[in-house]
Amino acid sequence: MIEVSNLVKKYGNHTAVDHLSFQIEKGKIYGFLGPNGAGKSTTMNMITGYIASTEGKVMIDGHDILEEPEAAKKCIGYLPEMPPLYFDMTVLEYMKFAADLKKIPRNQKDKQIKEVMDMVKITDMKDRLIKNLSKGYRQRVGLAQAILGYPEVIILDEPTGGLDPKQIIEIRDLIKGLKQKHTVILSSHILSEVRAVCDYVLIISHGKLVASDTPDNLERLAAGSNSLLMKIKGEKDTIRKALETIEGVTGVEMSYDSDEKLWKTKLSIQENVDIREKVFYAMAKANCPIYEMQVKRVSLEDVFLELTEGEKKSAGKPESSQWKPVEDRSSEEEKTQEEKNGEPEKASDEKEGDQS
Amino acid sequence: MTAIFKRELKSYLTSMVGYLFIFFVLVLTGIYFSAYQLSGGYSKFETTLSALTFVFLIGVPILSMRVLAEERKQKTDQLLLTAPVSVWDIVFGKYLALVAVFAIPVVIMCVYPLIMSKFGTISYDSAYTGILGFFLLGCANLAIGVFMSALTESQVIAAVLTFVFLFAFYMMNGISSFFSQTSMSTAVAFGLLIVAIAIIIYTMIKNVLISVVIGAVGEIALVIVYVVKSSIFQGGIQKVLNVFNLSGHYDNFTNGVFDVTGIVYFISVIAICLFLTMQSIQKRRWN
Ligand SMILES: Nc1ncnc2c1ncn2[C@@H]1O[C@H](COP(=O)(O)OP(=O)(O)OP(=O)(O)O)[C@@H](O)[C@H]1O
Ligand SMILES: [Mg+2]
Repeated sequence: MIEVSNLVKKYGNHTAVDHLSFQIEKGKIYGFLGPNGAGKSTTMNMITGYIASTEGKVMIDGHDILEEPEAAKKCIGYLPEMPPLYFDMTVLEYMKFAADLKKIPRNQKDKQIKEVMDMVKITDMKDRLIKNLSKGYRQRVGLAQAILGYPEVIILDEPTGGLDPKQIIEIRDLIKGLKQKHTVILSSHILSEVRAVCDYVLIISHGKLVASDTPDNLERLAAGSNSLLMKIKGEKDTIRKALETIEGVTGVEMSYDSDEKLWKTKLSIQENVDIREKVFYAMAKANCPIYEMQVKRVSLEDVFLELTEGEKKSAGKPESSQWKPVEDRSSEEEKTQEEKNGEPEKASDEKEGDQS
Repeated sequence: MTAIFKRELKSYLTSMVGYLFIFFVLVLTGIYFSAYQLSGGYSKFETTLSALTFVFLIGVPILSMRVLAEERKQKTDQLLLTAPVSVWDIVFGKYLALVAVFAIPVVIMCVYPLIMSKFGTISYDSAYTGILGFFLLGCANLAIGVFMSALTESQVIAAVLTFVFLFAFYMMNGISSFFSQTSMSTAVAFGLLIVAIAIIIYTMIKNVLISVVIGAVGEIALVIVYVVKSSIFQGGIQKVLNVFNLSGHYDNFTNGVFDVTGIVYFISVIAICLFLTMQSIQKRRWN
């Protein structure tokens, strides 16, 4: 459907998008994930033909966006970061204008406009001037414009930006519904949103693609194994020895918390093994009381933070932009995990927020 | 294109700007008409028309300043440039809307010669030739305004730029008479121009060597031509400046001459300005 190969965008000396390549298949929802300034909007602007790429190619349904712009643009509906609305028009006038721009045949025009306006629930607002609409409704009008004409690909740059929680849920459901007939690409900083809506995630950092997979796979790959966070009282060596003998433990990391006089311990464990009981008895036998124990599953957020931070550390180093197998990057992973281990409570809080 | 044309026209006719422009042109026409024709008793509507050229200096910047600058500022150009329409459709649709707004007072003007015919005999031919010239001059000025509006996202800057250029073109007769006609002065002026071009090239490509070489080659060629045949430089500055002399070409029309080269000239100015507008929009996408 969409094929992006070696896309580069340079603004002067600054490289906003750096050799990005990926493919978008029909009937799925794709999520662009990345911190501020990662190059998400720039990439979307290039895919939709708003700006030209410095290097590389974007093919949409077999049409090069720069060489056959009109054919390519016909397949795309786009909601930019800032909805492109004319404040001096009413909602209905704007929709009619958008329909004309998209060359929707006259006999379908009114019907389609009505359908789309019902879909995003702006029918009540149809005679209001856009300048008098609230932010949420402006976003909806922008979304309606993107859906109009039922293009094969709908590209949405932060579709839920600036909306209240209720509207966010509504818009998400709407986007999920689009999947039946359209391919959707959306960008977001909100991980729970990507988790809930997208079939496939592309994580972008500093203009590079650092990972692309389904949310589940990303979590699994990044986790490699799950881990157990504990606070234990006792001698370091005793604890370590006792833990290492437990079956299923693949790694032990320890750091001393001098406030509580406890050892913060992180156990890496094989997937799908519950060893909490074994740990309890092992520690009891070694006379080392456990003060706290917590199972930690790696969330998409961890993957995101790790990948985007890891990118910063290795900035400048040429690197394959594909997801690397766990073995290759275990050292880097451990390093970041160790850092995070310094504040296990915070990390788990964030994870819970993510799930709810 | 029709979608953009319709939207644009509607937005001019539902906001102040369009009416302000129409009102302004008509009021000034009325004032000159009553001064020359009604009180003065001149039998030629062209006298009014030739006095009217300065309405464009104020009217055109007001009308054209927002045409592209505002789109860029509000980011609505993202809607247009990602829709399946070409840049030419966008530019031409918008330009036609401006022309349509301007056509309203021009059509009303066409009534004046009819009124005058009630009071005596007048030459319809020369009166309507004059109106045609007035329309063409206005269209050329609007095209310049569109180009200026494409260069910036600030309406104010667009208006000021348009005014400056239109004013310079308006004064072109006076400006060109400042320069002496001798071949020596023309050669010096061209020499300076080549230096300026070399500097502009330097700012674009940031390469001293290439810029200096281009400048030097240009100057040497100039000197050779001057030494071999200096007479071709005679009045050269005036010839060059005359290209920008819009009102000079307009004068033929108000003298009742149906000037085909004038028509070609104005259409060329419009085509060049719209072409440059497209180029500046394209260039921004590539920058
Ligand atoms: N017109 C421009 N001129 C210069 N630099 C630009 C321009 N547009 C974007 N950039 C730079 O390109 C980089 C990527 O910007 P982009 O807007 O694509 O980020 P983003 O991923 O969409 O971020 P956000 O999440 O904040 O929307 C940024 O560093 C930005 O400063
Ligand atoms: Mg963005």
